[in-house]
Amino acid sequence: MSAPNNSFDPVEVTALHPDEVARMREEALAAIAAAGDLARLKEVRLAHAGDRSPLALANREIGALPPAARSEAGKRVGGARRDVSEALKRRQAELEEERDARVLVEEAVDVTLPWDRRHRGARHPLTTVAERMADIFVGMGFEVAEGPEVEAEWFNFDALNFLPDHPARTMQDTFFVESAAGGDSGLVLRTHTSPVQVRALLGRELPVYVVAPGRTFRTDELDATHSPVFHQLEGMVVDEGITMAHLRGAIDAFVSGMFGSGLRTRFRPSYFPFTEPSAEVDMECFVCRGASVGDPDAPCRTCGSEGWIEIGGCGVMNPRVLVAAGVDPERYSGWAFGLGVERTLMFAHGVRDMHDMVEGDVRFTSAFGMEI
Amino acid sequence: MRVPVSWLREYAALPAGVTARELAARLIAVGLEVETVDELGADITGPVVVGRVLAIEELTGFKKPIRYCRVDVGAANGSGDPQNIICGARNFSEGDLVVVALPGAVLPGGFAIGARKTYGRMSEGMICSATELSLWEDHEGIIVLPEGFAEPGTDAFEPLGLRDDVLDIAVTPDRGYALSVRGVAREAAAAYGVEFRDPADVALPAADAAGGYPASVADAAICSRYVLRGVTGFDPDAPTPLWMKRRLAMTGVRSVSLAVDVTNYVMMELGQPLHAWDRARVRGPIEVRAAHRGERLETLDHVKRTLDPDDILITDESGPINIAGVMGGLDTEIGLETTDVLIEAAHFDAAHIARSSRRHQLSSESSRRFERGVDSAVQLAAATRAVLLLEELGGAVVDEGVTHIDLGAARQPVALAERHAARVAGVDYPKGTSARRLREVGCEVAEADGGDTLLVTPPSWRPDLGDPNDLAEEVIRLEGYENIPSVPPRAPAGRGLTSGQRLRRAVGRGLAGAGFVEVLSYPFLGERDLDGLQLGAEDARRRTLRLANPLNDDEPLLRTTLLPGLLKALARNVGRGFGDVALFETGLVYLPREGAPERAPMLAVDRGPTGEELAAVEAAIPEQPRHVGAVLAGDREPAGWWGPGRPATWADAIEAAREVAHAAGAELVVRAARREPWHPGRCAALYVAGAEGAVLVGHAGELHPRTVAAFGLPARTAAMELVLDLVERAGVRAAAPEVSTYPVATRDVALVVDAAVPAGEVEAALREGAGELLESVRLFDVYTGEQVEEGRKSLAYALRFRAADRTLTAEEVAAARAAAVAAAAERTGAVLRG
Repeated sequence: MSAPNNSFDPVEVTALHPDEVARMREEALAAIAAAGDLARLKEVRLAHAGDRSPLALANREIGALPPAARSEAGKRVGGARRDVSEALKRRQAELEEERDARVLVEEAVDVTLPWDRRHRGARHPLTTVAERMADIFVGMGFEVAEGPEVEAEWFNFDALNFLPDHPARTMQDTFFVESAAGGDSGLVLRTHTSPVQVRALLGRELPVYVVAPGRTFRTDELDATHSPVFHQLEGMVVDEGITMAHLRGAIDAFVSGMFGSGLRTRFRPSYFPFTEPSAEVDMECFVCRGASVGDPDAPCRTCGSEGWIEIGGCGVMNPRVLVAAGVDPERYSGWAFGLGVERTLMFAHGVRDMHDMVEGDVRFTSAFGMEI
Repeated sequence: MRVPVSWLREYAALPAGVTARELAARLIAVGLEVETVDELGADITGPVVVGRVLAIEELTGFKKPIRYCRVDVGAANGSGDPQNIICGARNFSEGDLVVVALPGAVLPGGFAIGARKTYGRMSEGMICSATELSLWEDHEGIIVLPEGFAEPGTDAFEPLGLRDDVLDIAVTPDRGYALSVRGVAREAAAAYGVEFRDPADVALPAADAAGGYPASVADAAICSRYVLRGVTGFDPDAPTPLWMKRRLAMTGVRSVSLAVDVTNYVMMELGQPLHAWDRARVRGPIEVRAAHRGERLETLDHVKRTLDPDDILITDESGPINIAGVMGGLDTEIGLETTDVLIEAAHFDAAHIARSSRRHQLSSESSRRFERGVDSAVQLAAATRAVLLLEELGGAVVDEGVTHIDLGAARQPVALAERHAARVAGVDYPKGTSARRLREVGCEVAEADGGDTLLVTPPSWRPDLGDPNDLAEEVIRLEGYENIPSVPPRAPAGRGLTSGQRLRRAVGRGLAGAGFVEVLSYPFLGERDLDGLQLGAEDARRRTLRLANPLNDDEPLLRTTLLPGLLKALARNVGRGFGDVALFETGLVYLPREGAPERAPMLAVDRGPTGEELAAVEAAIPEQPRHVGAVLAGDREPAGWWGPGRPATWADAIEAAREVAHAAGAELVVRAARREPWHPGRCAALYVAGAEGAVLVGHAGELHPRTVAAFGLPARTAAMELVLDLVERAGVRAAAPEVSTYPVATRDVALVVDAAVPAGEVEAALREGAGELLESVRLFDVYTGEQVEEGRKSLAYALRFRAADRTLTAEEVAAARAAAVAAAAERTGAVLRG
């Protein structure tokens, strides 16, 4: 080892003296604690942790010490600087938190102010109800078939076994379309969605499982329960070995999908030229479930205390329709139904007046939003 | 058909305790649609009795003559003393039997009878009219009962039939037989499994009873059976008995005279329409034949009608006397002096009667029954029942001779597999069920193939039973529809919605999400609507289809555009106080097809159509493309505490169209255009890219002020209409883009162009010039004013450049920008602004 370093400056030594280092540390910590805001803390940081701060200057002197003294002095100064740095960091966090709390309180707004800067749109409930009705069957594997609204009489009547002079044909209250010369065009506004049955049979491979939602027309004046323009959902199956029991199964699936499970259905014999046998379909009232029948104290507005709600007509496809559509009735059988979309909406959502569905009043439609 | 239950019970041995409501439920279950059950007289209570008028004291000095009567009511009043009753009617005499409501009785309408002082006397009850008892409509006075009706004091409920239940049945077109008490009674008896007594079982004249009124039928195809029976010495003053009046009233038929009432009564009972002539007015032999062109007849309703060769006529030597099955002629009508009556019962062809009824707009009880098919064998029984009633009630003498022309062919049996009903229903009916049920409805059933096949001959009153499925329905309904199990159908896997069907939903959701409310307007238009749209005479939208029978004569046309419906809905909403409205509609329009045939062909129904036949039908059906339209007025964004609102403009209409195109995956190109009903300076033609260039799909913009005025709309109303089918076709399946993670370089350019240059063209030029490094271009400012020359405008664009594989150098970006500007300069005359 060499002789003691005689050249070191007493002043420098003083700076590295333990008491001096402790004093600088205490001074810095006191200043940090005393800094009341972030700006003041910034000044304190510069004064006590910056390049020209006493501790930084002291640190520079370490190299001047005899090697034996360096390590200890280094530890001493380094410890002090670390303490100061940590104190700064803590104080910085404290002050930031204080500032944030203050600023965020100042920035508070009235969140109950309305922000209705955009008008909300809506889809017509008849559209969305018809979609839902169709989707129940799409879920069973059915496809959605379509046909024109101005339809040939052959499709609307003849192919469906409505004979030319049969009362069933005149009972349909048909809108007739004039020919260009003002005569009989052989065209009508379709009175039901049933022509789509024939179109589907002609246009698809067997077996056919389809539903056909659509607009239909009859010459009824608009009132609370009638409209000259209304909507039906047609359903049809043609396959081998199809029976009325499958028809019932499909109707039951629709009723539970649309109105809830556990509702009974009822078939009443009826007559449609294109189905034989035919039935009207009732479902148990989903509101009172029959409890209102004979109980004048608890009348049911939905079913008129009948306990049952008529939802449509159906039946086994008349083999004559299959023949007219080129299907072999010896091999194939089928069924069809027609459900009222307006009725479904009226029942499912308590719509009381047909006017509401046709007038396009935004208050009515907006109530139903995007889906139903 | 209104059917009194008491009448029904005469022929169906229903259990005594069955109520009308239970009966109705049972009939509904077998397929007769009982719409209502009227409980007639249910609101009449208390003592209503037969009385005899002992003495009448005429009171004078009042506004009208009043009678103070002493009426013997037997012991019904407790004392046995005569009852004193004030009565305003005058159609009775001392000694007459009348109906008396004693104090304590309540008549229909809650009319309580008490003893009260009136016209200065104490009146202890009321002598009743038929109307007051709801028996039938009669304003002639009180009911005078026939002598011997009942002893004074007898309760009047039972003998008068004051209480009865009436089933109102909506008869489906296949079930003509149910338009009769006979038909409904047969169903009721089958439903309860009880005995049915046929009212047509009357003693028929001998088959060889010739010497009837001379008659002939020209054609079996128009009339398969024709029966005439006559009476002489009929008393035209003979009254219709009360029970018959009551029953007719319950079925909804007004009493006219005994002879007419008898024909109606038999029709209601047997379902066979009858006609009665004054025989003295019929001249010479009767012929049933088709009308000759130009023949005329004045019918009972005093209308002179020109007959059609398709009408079936009854004629005598003078010419037509009846339109068969529809209405009689005036000249041969039964009159007040008629003593000799000729009754006709015939089976006319249903289709002919249906056409005649429609042609002459005459729907009668008779035509309704013939159209739906009457029993082809009941005519002789019906005529006989009628003449026997005339004999019994009108003192007539029945002619021995009978006219009976029978041209009907025997009905052929239908072969029915024994298992057919089971296969149709999906129910395992025990063997023998079908034969048993079919016999119940009147069929003759024979077995073949060891019982596997049934040979079924339907009864004469069931013309609707012709096919195996018709017969299966009879079996299934009588076995009970409630016994059909519920078996879910098992469809093969479906393909879900088509892309077009999905698109329609997406368009609806897109526009609704953008603040538009959907409407579904009627597709009917008037010329006024097309005028309101300012369409020129040659505008294709004026080529419309027309309804032959519109509901509203002002709206006979079918829409070729959605706009009128939308605009009317908009005006309606504004009128109801909703000034900020945005509406949309999706639906078909109807376009007459060029070169369409005058009439759509009618194809065969006994086989499937050939491809050619189908094509011929389709060629006659108008084109029906699906359109989407939107209209908006008022503020698109409302004013509020945040500041002023933003009015809806032409740009919002175009944006709605973009929303539709976006849903379809199609890109919309916008060009300035002129088209009614839009403002000529604020109308855009909208195009999509097609395989062969741009395809025009619609228009959008602000409406022409004249259209705004014509439809009563708010100023500056904007609208768009697109052919959705065309937009759908332009949609492309989205390909996944390469998402570059290299940095973007943004450069702004301000270009000065002539004010008339469309911004869309400038942007297109920039895109093309910038090349593939361009990621996006956005117009962020349009400036006109001092800093650009007069007649010029400055367009400021933000261009974003990015490469897929590298960070672009400043040189690359500068070059791309310069190329973009150069392209814009070349194509639009754009100059880079200073």
